[in-house]
Amino acid sequence: MSDYKYIGKPVVRIDGKEKVSGAAIFTDDIDFGANLLHAHIICSTEAHALIKSIDTSEALKVKDVVNIFTGKDFPFKFGLYMKDRYVLAQEKVRFVGEQVVAVVARTPQAARKAAKLVKIEYEPLPAVFNQLDAMKDDAVLLHPDLDKYPHVPWFFPQEKTNIAHWRKTRKGDMEKAFAEADIVLEDTYYVPRYAHCALETHVAIAKYDYSGRLTVWSSSQSPHTQRNLFAEALSSLGLTHKDVRVIAPHVGGGFGGKAGVTMEIIPAAIATKLPGYAVKLRWSREQEFMNTYQRLGLVAKIKMGAKKDGTITAIDHKIYWDAGAYVEYGANVVNAVGLSAIGPYRIPNVSIDSICIYTNLPPGGPYRGFGYSEFIFGLESHVNRIANKLNIDPVDFRRINAIKEGDTTAYGAEMNPSGLHQAIDEVAKAIEWDKNRESKDPKKAIGKGFAIFWKAPAMPPNASSSAFLKFNEDGSINLLISGMDIGQGYQTVMAQIAAEVLGVPPSKIRVENPDTDRNPYEWQTVASHVTWGCGNAVKKAAIDARDQIFALIERVYHLSQDSLYLEDEAVKCHTKKDFYLPLKDFVINGIMTEDGTFKGGPINARGVFMPEFSSTKGDPETSQGGHPNVHYTVGAGALILEIDKETGKMRVLKAAEAIDAGKAINPDLVKGQITGGLLQGLATVLYEDMRFDKGGKMLNPNFSDYKIPTSMDVPDEIIPIIIEVPQPDGPYGARGIGEHTMLPAAPMIANALEDALGIRIKSMPITAEKVALTLLDKEKEK
Amino acid sequence: MKEITFILNNEKRSVQVEPSETLLEVLRDKMGLKSPKCGCDRGDCGACVVLLNGKSVRSCLVLAIETAGMEIMTLEGISAKNLNALQEAFIAFNSFQCGYCAPGIIITVTELLTKNPKPDLEEIKEVLSGNLCRCTGYKPIFDAILDVTGKEVK
Repeated sequence: MSDYKYIGKPVVRIDGKEKVSGAAIFTDDIDFGANLLHAHIICSTEAHALIKSIDTSEALKVKDVVNIFTGKDFPFKFGLYMKDRYVLAQEKVRFVGEQVVAVVARTPQAARKAAKLVKIEYEPLPAVFNQLDAMKDDAVLLHPDLDKYPHVPWFFPQEKTNIAHWRKTRKGDMEKAFAEADIVLEDTYYVPRYAHCALETHVAIAKYDYSGRLTVWSSSQSPHTQRNLFAEALSSLGLTHKDVRVIAPHVGGGFGGKAGVTMEIIPAAIATKLPGYAVKLRWSREQEFMNTYQRLGLVAKIKMGAKKDGTITAIDHKIYWDAGAYVEYGANVVNAVGLSAIGPYRIPNVSIDSICIYTNLPPGGPYRGFGYSEFIFGLESHVNRIANKLNIDPVDFRRINAIKEGDTTAYGAEMNPSGLHQAIDEVAKAIEWDKNRESKDPKKAIGKGFAIFWKAPAMPPNASSSAFLKFNEDGSINLLISGMDIGQGYQTVMAQIAAEVLGVPPSKIRVENPDTDRNPYEWQTVASHVTWGCGNAVKKAAIDARDQIFALIERVYHLSQDSLYLEDEAVKCHTKKDFYLPLKDFVINGIMTEDGTFKGGPINARGVFMPEFSSTKGDPETSQGGHPNVHYTVGAGALILEIDKETGKMRVLKAAEAIDAGKAINPDLVKGQITGGLLQGLATVLYEDMRFDKGGKMLNPNFSDYKIPTSMDVPDEIIPIIIEVPQPDGPYGARGIGEHTMLPAAPMIANALEDALGIRIKSMPITAEKVALTLLDKEKEK
Repeated sequence: MKEITFILNNEKRSVQVEPSETLLEVLRDKMGLKSPKCGCDRGDCGACVVLLNGKSVRSCLVLAIETAGMEIMTLEGISAKNLNALQEAFIAFNSFQCGYCAPGIIITVTELLTKNPKPDLEEIKEVLSGNLCRCTGYKPIFDAILDVTGKEVK
């Protein structure tokens, strides 16, 4: 494969100069002049309450206040997979931090001042903060009208309960499998909520002009999906999709938090009431913590059986999700895990229940990993324990059971080509798994932890991507696509794909952030699918351009299209060595023929990709049939952990992580994802800890008290490993890797702690404090 | 409102400010300089770091009115001519992903390298500990700094 010119090469990021010079424009950086209005949101102080009254009379008198809006101004629901949310709270609030009133003023100061004068009277209702309590028969119902909410056909809400969706997967004979197992281990694991903590908070500016068109500038992973939801939600105003335009500048980090639509609908809706103005809403860091999607928490009960030889016979995995007050997106996290919670193992007998439960906490939603980090913590802890109980090395145990190409998944589909076994071997080698280490310091202990992972893109079966590619007079290219470069380097990778087909260097291909008026459809930049899905669309667009070029050359020069190729920004011919026609000579102005007439014209190309083989039509009781996942990306990780036995403080001395990228289109960027994702994963287990008081109010909504890693918290050594077992339907064999890199982090730490100190911690986070207290308890038991 | 004058990116500039306005607000909203970013508005994240009389400060914690007569440098001022070696190294080592933290980090490192052109890894980590980056895992940032100071990158 060494004959690629741009694929598999460490091509320099095309957004580099912009981002290191301060030139990059993020949404908050756009100037709107004196007609800009500022919205300030008054958030609910109650976790569950009826809104008895809202008095805005005093607030409206404040100088520079333009208007004040409440739920009754926007009486409609919205949501991506299930319509259960509101622009501003309607009659009830369901979590602390929910948007209740919007004060709009000419200055942010005036809006804040007026907000203090708005009087809201609540009548508290019983609230439920724990998903297991919310499942009880006498639990208060958050959404009594759940059965009336529109949702996608693959969700199964349970009427008159707090269960928004229940994904069941069943395969084989569980009773027989457990009876035949030599060992059966049953336990429960706990994972709390987490926050994305992108450095840029959510921000959107909307303008509804006098001609009736709505433009929204939004920090978003999903410009087309936002346009669709805005147009749907605001259709009662007569707005149609062509009237709604979403412009997405650079995004300061997404991690799933800027997927779908959350707060952006507030300025969009307000703008329609204030024609001619631009209305801006920017979340403070506190609001960012309290009222955007949070990663869902879970309680996972695992029962697993295995034979003496190490073969896993069965898994019963019951997962109860704390999904929050609104689950329009989060329910699909639950769905994805319900299909895949056997992990990357060959297990013949399976029972999975993945249950999405409403609670009076902030809405749960997409977060890098989409539920997989959460269930993999329990699963990979459990697998390690079974291996130890059988006296089988945990790595060997995984070798025995790890899934291979052609094996059957839990829902009956065939496993795609996968380098999982290679990843296990390479990580074990890199970390020197067989070597025993002991700390020279008697106060410290050293342990090693291993984990494997898989993840499939979770998306509707018809999630599609498209690309326009147009040449300029000098032979440079504008590539128009609508995925977002949220930092992963997507634009550079797309330029590399087009460059490879067309023989034009990536530095001569401009990829701009999308504008839905100009750039063609992309579903969303989520699910780690854009390298694969949009990459296919870009490749098709480039091939379309090449076909147009070759057809023109054949028509003018009578050279067979089969003999032509593109190289060094020119057309060349295998059969006529002296034929050389630079692209810049004809891609806009065509080719002049002998009689002075021109043939050809601007080369404008397009490409579309939709995974037409995907289907969600599985049996609701078993999930058998259908093809809900397009493929899985797999990998393995291991680390060496040093623990201070007195303080519990932990330090990662060395970490290795291997991921099967299919084909790493840009190996440096893949390694960047491994390093960054691994630290984000380690943060969820070692540092981050979302705390709520008894009334459901988040106690630490800032970076002083919610600790994300700093430069001092980086593992001493990180070894990124790229495996390349091609994905047959991926561009040049590529599949996505962005989310996966954080998946193994938490169980690696838990497993290393057991290896070092014989303690098994089954709830996240595993902070130094928790380790020290667990060690103290162990001492007391002696 | 009070008029203040300062040297901003090597130019003498005057501006009307409210006593309550932060330097970050004035730079972004009144001077049109957008490289300092607001990530937390309470000094935790470092995205708004600028140089004030050559020292790095969190511009969200400085009142603009206090900066009268001082020299202020933002990333725009550093980038005015060509990208410098540090910025080139940030590109070469993919030391940013989303890029939101990059201006604050480059300013912080600029101050470090002025004081100590050959910092070791521990010093680099210490100096950067007030600049949060959620994307890169920091290692690529260390690598760029080590490389630009002539140290071997492992």
